[in-house]
Amino acid sequence: MLTTWLEPWGRALLFGAGYNTSLVTLGAMILGASAGMIGSFILLRKRSLVSDAVSHATLPGLTLAFILMATLWGDGRWLPGLLIGAAASAAFGLWAVQTIRDRTRLGEDAAIGAILSTLFGFGVVLITAIQSMNVGGQAGLTGYLVGATAGMLASEATLITACALLLLVAVFVMRRAFLLVCFDADYATTRGLNARHIDLIMLMLLLAVVVIGLKVTGLILIVALTIIPPVTGRFWTDRPLRMVAIAALCGALAGYLGVTLSSVRSGLPTGPLIVLAAFLLFAVSLLFSPRRGIVATLAAHQRFKRRVHLRQGLLALARDDAIYDDLTLRVLRRRGYIRRDGVATPLGASAARDAEHEERLWALYRNRYPDEAAQLDHQGLVPINSALPPDTVITLESDLQRIPGSVQ
Amino acid sequence: MSDFVMLSLVPMTIAAITCLSCALLGNFLVLRRQSLIGDAISHVALPGIVASFLITGTLAASAMMIGAGVAALITVVMIELIKRLGQVEASAAMGVAFTAIFALGVLMLEWHGASGVHLDVEHALYGNLESLIWFEGLGWHSLFDRQALADLPPQLARVSWVALLVVVFLVVFRRALVIGSFDAEFATSIKARPAVVDLLLVVMVAITAIAAFEAAGSIIVIAMFICPAASARLLTNHLGQQIAWSQVLALISALLGYVLAGYGPGWFGLDMSLSAAGMIATLSGLILLLACLFGPYRQRDGAARA
Repeated sequence: MLTTWLEPWGRALLFGAGYNTSLVTLGAMILGASAGMIGSFILLRKRSLVSDAVSHATLPGLTLAFILMATLWGDGRWLPGLLIGAAASAAFGLWAVQTIRDRTRLGEDAAIGAILSTLFGFGVVLITAIQSMNVGGQAGLTGYLVGATAGMLASEATLITACALLLLVAVFVMRRAFLLVCFDADYATTRGLNARHIDLIMLMLLLAVVVIGLKVTGLILIVALTIIPPVTGRFWTDRPLRMVAIAALCGALAGYLGVTLSSVRSGLPTGPLIVLAAFLLFAVSLLFSPRRGIVATLAAHQRFKRRVHLRQGLLALARDDAIYDDLTLRVLRRRGYIRRDGVATPLGASAARDAEHEERLWALYRNRYPDEAAQLDHQGLVPINSALPPDTVITLESDLQRIPGSVQ
Repeated sequence: MSDFVMLSLVPMTIAAITCLSCALLGNFLVLRRQSLIGDAISHVALPGIVASFLITGTLAASAMMIGAGVAALITVVMIELIKRLGQVEASAAMGVAFTAIFALGVLMLEWHGASGVHLDVEHALYGNLESLIWFEGLGWHSLFDRQALADLPPQLARVSWVALLVVVFLVVFRRALVIGSFDAEFATSIKARPAVVDLLLVVMVAITAIAAFEAAGSIIVIAMFICPAASARLLTNHLGQQIAWSQVLALISALLGYVLAGYGPGWFGLDMSLSAAGMIATLSGLILLLACLFGPYRQRDGAARA
């Protein structure tokens, strides 16, 4: 069972499953990369769901183009024509979202939802019109809802690959301008860039990615390719251009895994597999990313908790207070600072003296420089020598000696 | 005219009730800038239904609705987890969650597509308003015929109960809802528990979306959560009037949309019928367009008058 799956998948992974499949794989990878890149900028602008409106808005244009071509030539399945129609109505949808957001009191969420549902509803009306028109090739239209690469012509795959490549280059060329506008539009203006134009180019590239991706992942799921890889990229770095690169990598990997997996058996849909591959990468990042992942966050929290307990335990030892907290006792015992019956070992006693001394230094520091102390994270938990410059510590030490009663 | 009672009366009523209850909740979603939660929930209803079919093997309404409910719950929890644990921005978290779950649904559906189940993506999106035929409805007199009434499509009763639930919810929680929508911090300070009310609102949205989804498709649900309320928001500054307007506009879209889809092509001599759900959504959008162009309160306070 497993080998019947793995063998053809392995073949597809190595680009050995036929010319068409290889071409589609390549196309999906490039598409994923460009969607990830442009999506990163949109994510930085906090407008991720705009792509949802754009993708749903393609439907009326798609169907109108189909009707037009079907009445003219009897067959409406010519891909470039359909994509031009889709792009036109998506542009209208984008313009409408922008206008509602800027010119009325409605929020962007309402604008996106209204445009998405209305234009999609209109597209559905047109689809039912086509169904009663009795023209050929209608079944091809539903492929745009969830994506269909199985029956894709080589010419179509080439077109998609070429367009995706073009978009990739365009995003790459514009990356610095986009970044500037994302983070500081005013500064971009002083640098001589027209922020509104750059913004528009960004949205146009998003629109182009969505339209090109229609045939591969389908209308509803192309949104995922512009959102999930950028969010994944964000987990691995704080540097924006590196995030864009990681998002492109994730998008390409998702396209690669999705298309090859769907070629294993007929009837496996490409779009969902690409999206699920992207989601898998996201889930792994959410869990295991070293800086923002859940595991790393939990581990850091545990470490912090132990440090607090160790500190409080040592101070309690220095004051000869009884310790009741289980975790504190455990931390102290593991370090060899107390015996089983809770009495301090010589090692523990000296550590406790050190801790108390340090606590005094910190208290003095807080007293002397309250503003600077407020700036430090977790003051009192880190060794004072590593947190403050040596000369400050020496001054504090000598001050501490001079205060009467503070020397034990 | 007996035709009308049999073929159109029930779908029209269902469409109207669905639109009214969605628009009612939509008022608060639009005010809270949470409009897209309805979008997310109606996308994941399909995966829920497919999963419940694969597990139970039946297409019974109860199993389907439980499946959709569980999927909605999982989605909401997932959005919160991604937002909190991953520190991801809210709309992006929503986009990650609902597209992934929708993808899973389509995958499950296509995987079992060969077994010839009456379940498909288009059906889920467009709904099947037109197929809700009242076979015993032979004329207006059937409205008083107990036997004929027993044969009404069960969806009618379902959406009516849900509509009643929505009204009860709004009446019971009206104060907390209104305060929470306008000033969440004040709501917290007077112990109106905005978080609980928020959660209840999302639960009500899910229940309404799922009940409507089965009868009318998801596209109509998304449109009705947003368009009538958004249009009404541009017409008035008073919350009570806004709710009233949203109801009027939703009713107009539902009835006019259904009539246009069913009979419109006939007026032009075309022999076709259009999707009623799609037409209703389109009409609600046109109404919003008019409101955007001419609504007396279309601009933000302080914005320059055009």
